[in-house]
Amino acid sequence: MSEPAEIRDVPPSLVEARDVRVSLQGTEILHGVSLTAQPGEVVALMGGNGSGKSTFVRSIVGAVPHQSGTIRLFARPATASSRAHLGYVPQRISAAGGVSATSLEVVTSGLLGSRDGADRVGARLRGLVPPRDAHARARAALRSVGIEDLAKRDVSRLSGGQQQRVLIARALVRKPRLLILDEPMAGVDLESQVAFSHTVGHLKHDRVGVVIVLHELGAMAHHIDRAVVLERGCVTYDGPPPKDLGVHALPGHDHEHPHTDPPTRDGGLGLEGP
Amino acid sequence: MNLLAEPLIQRMLLVGLLVGLAAPVMGTYLVQRKMALLGDGIGHVALAGVAAGWLAGSLFDLAQQDALAIPGAVLFAIIGAVVIERMRSRGAAADVVMAILFYGGIAGGVLLIGLAGGSNANLLGYLFGSISTVTWGDVWMSVGLAAVILLVGLGLRTALFAVTHDQEFARSTGLPVEALNMVVAVLAAVTITVAMRVVGVLLVSALMIVPVAIAQLITRSFARTMHLAMGIGAALTLTGIWITVFYDVQPGALIVTLGVLVYVAVASITSLTRRGT
Ligand SMILES: Nc1ncnc2c1ncn2[C@@H]1O[C@H](COP(=O)(O)OP(=O)(O)OP(=O)(O)O)[C@@H](O)[C@H]1O
Ligand SMILES: [Mg+2]
Repeated sequence: MSEPAEIRDVPPSLVEARDVRVSLQGTEILHGVSLTAQPGEVVALMGGNGSGKSTFVRSIVGAVPHQSGTIRLFARPATASSRAHLGYVPQRISAAGGVSATSLEVVTSGLLGSRDGADRVGARLRGLVPPRDAHARARAALRSVGIEDLAKRDVSRLSGGQQQRVLIARALVRKPRLLILDEPMAGVDLESQVAFSHTVGHLKHDRVGVVIVLHELGAMAHHIDRAVVLERGCVTYDGPPPKDLGVHALPGHDHEHPHTDPPTRDGGLGLEGP
Repeated sequence: MNLLAEPLIQRMLLVGLLVGLAAPVMGTYLVQRKMALLGDGIGHVALAGVAAGWLAGSLFDLAQQDALAIPGAVLFAIIGAVVIERMRSRGAAADVVMAILFYGGIAGGVLLIGLAGGSNANLLGYLFGSISTVTWGDVWMSVGLAAVILLVGLGLRTALFAVTHDQEFARSTGLPVEALNMVVAVLAAVTITVAMRVVGVLLVSALMIVPVAIAQLITRSFARTMHLAMGIGAALTLTGIWITVFYDVQPGALIVTLGVLVYVAVASITSLTRRGT
């Protein structure tokens, strides 16, 4: 497949979604949305409830199929094998079973899946069992989010914020080159938000790309390089993050917000979308 | 004292041990995906398979009319499991699908055995189990099937856990989610046909679920729950079968009753100690 000339001179994106359309149960939810993230770039995906943020993110990670458009991961068409370097933190657990499991077991499950060269059968089979050093790596991931002491606890009995940290550890244990997080700050106290923003700082330093769904930039504000705003399944803004800390201040957001002045709107930012 | 030297008792204990170890492994996955009753649905389909095998046996004029009964059960159970899994992954209500299989299996079984010229009494052995008629052939088949169940069920534990714990995340990692779901369904079907011999279709699901339910009262880890359930399952089947050597009681019913009693005892003890602390 030949690529348009204008894409070729930018450094290869970690993720490049173009004109993605997604329908769920016969209703089109995303009407041709685009998003890119470069190495070391932190992109905030914002928008009101039901605007399609989770659906967009789920289509990028391969959890829901897209009807048209292209999704490329690490400069290749997204396939099972391109997910080897992808870390994903869902908004909420989609299944959660009837048997209890420890934090350590949940984080260890993050070590499965595609490995490098996963297009070969041997590599795919190896992805079905945890690597030898799984235990140590899972513990290290738990330590990195500050909850190593909860390793042997039943996850279903942890607090919401603690569970959120377990899910972040499960993504980090993969040592991802691209980390996609769906509202990781929901229900997390300010101290942990600050701690996590330090983690994001380190990831950024290591040239990891981060796509993070947020309602408020909050503690994350100074790491955000770009904001993409969704509204009813369309991208209405893609540009520098607002100085103000909320999505409400962004152009294209029609919600009244009397307490804050909108930032100076840069005319050149333009509204993207169909 | 020399009872253990009796070949029949050896065969019974060996099959009991294998089933007691293997059934809770698949039971753990069924409880994990909140499909504890799947065993009942598939068990009844397997019953129709028994009858179909019987019918085939009489059509081909086989010397032993029930020679094809177990192969028929395995075949039908696997087909039933695949159908359930397919419909579930397409979003059908799993309980309704299971109910349909349940009714279809038992009605079809009774009809087919009638056509084969047998009586419903022929089905009773499969409904309630018939471990006292177990042959060395049955034993070796159980050994083979149990080995597959244990190898896959234990070896792929983390992957099968990942898929049932958080399907969306599992997809994002590139795990073959559909294939792994199918593995669980097919292995559950195989487990049911192996365990059918010991406890019968009516109680086969209990042997998969009850040990897991007991283990869950005690432990908080997925791996420990599975291992403890295997131990409990083996202890229950061996104890039950050993008792039936001395007393004329129905082994399947005894094993499951023992399990339920243990569950009640452990549940009361854990709730007491928890209140005490
Ligand atoms: N499985 C589904 N089937 C049908 N419609 C769905 C499904 N999941 C989401 N939707 C619809 O898609 C739209 C976008 O949902 P989505 O979860 O992507 O929103 P969101 O931006 O993440 O919202 P929130 O801020 O509340 O998390 C909503 O209108 C929702 O009702
Ligand atoms: Mg969402």
